Amino acid sequence: MQREELTDFLKTHFPGSVVREDAQYPELTVAAGDLTQTAAELKNNGDLAFDYLICLTAVDYKDKFTVVYHLESTLHRHLLVLKTEVPDRENPSVDTVSRLWPTADPHEREVYDLFGIRFNGHGNLQRLFLEEGYGFPLRKDFSDETRVLTLS
Amino acid sequence: MTMSEEIIIKDIIVGESEDYMINVGPQHPSTHGVLRLEVCLQGETVKYLIPHIGYIHRGIEKMCEFDTYSQIIHLTDRMDYLSAHMNNEAVCLMVENALQVEVPERVKYIRTILDELNRLASHQLWWAAFGMDLGALTTFFYGLRDREKILDIFEESFGSRLLHSFNYPGGLMHDVHPNFQKRTKEFLSYFRKKLPEYNQLLTDNVIFHQRSKGIGYMSKETAIAYGVTGPSGRGSGFSCDVRKYAPYSAYPVVKFEEKLRTEGDTFARYLVRMDEMVESMNIIEQLVDNIPEGDFTAKMRPVLKLPAGEYFQRVETARGELAIYLVSDGNKTPYRMKFRSPNFSNLFVLNKITAGGKIADLVAVSGSLDLVIPDIDR
Repeated sequence: MQREELTDFLKTHFPGSVVREDAQYPELTVAAGDLTQTAAELKNNGDLAFDYLICLTAVDYKDKFTVVYHLESTLHRHLLVLKTEVPDRENPSVDTVSRLWPTADPHEREVYDLFGIRFNGHGNLQRLFLEEGYGFPLRKDFSDETRVLTLS
Repeated sequence: MTMSEEIIIKDIIVGESEDYMINVGPQHPSTHGVLRLEVCLQGETVKYLIPHIGYIHRGIEKMCEFDTYSQIIHLTDRMDYLSAHMNNEAVCLMVENALQVEVPERVKYIRTILDELNRLASHQLWWAAFGMDLGALTTFFYGLRDREKILDIFEESFGSRLLHSFNYPGGLMHDVHPNFQKRTKEFLSYFRKKLPEYNQLLTDNVIFHQRSKGIGYMSKETAIAYGVTGPSGRGSGFSCDVRKYAPYSAYPVVKFEEKLRTEGDTFARYLVRMDEMVESMNIIEQLVDNIPEGDFTAKMRPVLKLPAGEYFQRVETARGELAIYLVSDGNKTPYRMKFRSPNFSNLFVLNKITAGGKIADLVAVSGSLDLVIPDIDR
């Protein structure tokens, strides 16, 4: 699907979500509650067929976390960025997508390890690189005592 | 099995179950780095395995938040150190696209030649180590002997052999050595004669066929679902070559084929890499005589500040798709930088494709995925 077609399709198919057109790739932002349903539709709808999850990560915007999914369709060769926002800093959680894309399993573990975002329904949510109780280093409020020199 | 020294019998569950767990690694030679595989066995059959990673986690993504874009280049070398040039290029392309800098044609050609030389060197080392994993020691000498020639070319031009940091946002650190074209062509004519020896030694070897054919089967659907890219994915028929689908540098002007196999077993992944070596030489041959004259870099500001926004850049390394996701807030350091490394996704398919097979095949299957551990841990 061409880019315009894709954004129009998304707007009509997901009326409750925000579609951004001026970014590098079309962006779809959904509420955390709609994530599983939207992701399943993105993967299983034959016109979209986003079967390849390139990258799953998160960004800490201080007032909220944003979980970012880069999706590609190996059939139609179009790309989409799916986002969902998590405002709760104390106990952040999103639903897992690892049943749709198995590659999300280690990626979600990585996000949990480095951001502390929990993925509901993930079968094996353990620390990946770091040990238990280390803290979540990619959060912006993480303070690293070992970093003495800062670039300024 | 010659692994007995390295494998520690962790736990033998006595009683009704005959399952037992062994650890392969973190110091095992076949894991090619500090990776630990916790393998559950029933007799000689692998029931499942759990990869444990993080032994060489340096927090590169966190370090990037404190470093400028030209400093980050030097960190990316240290992820997949056998694809250092492609990793550097990913950062450079992203910065150039964000600042809308048009790099000189000369830079594009040289970058593409270096990409392919780097891919060749990486595949040679993989071939050398893969043979050795299966007990064919000669491959190690052949592979390293020929890889040395490429590293000599690198050394002459960059001063370094493994971690180049030769790309710089806007172009190259400095121009290549005057001998670069001559030595590259010499290498190509040399290696075209040597590659048939590789095939005689391993590709046509009956013992090797018996060790690699029909094991570690990965379907195309599995490859896509687990995000297995690069030669490992293409051995299962997953067409995923970023050079084809999102071409960069001089790839739009060269003619090359994406090598695909549909068998999906260890031998298919092996053949894809062997074919890619020939294809890399074809790409270099198309470019090496036509490097345009000109500057080795575009004019860049001394301090690079990317406009606020989000950027996504993909390149094809020797092991698959490296993607960088960057969030910039307009400062000279990134707000968030994520490296989607090919080996990270490739590793986690290992349980899927080895479960049900024999432990002796585990080394062959993991060798055919060509994992580089620092790229997994970052």
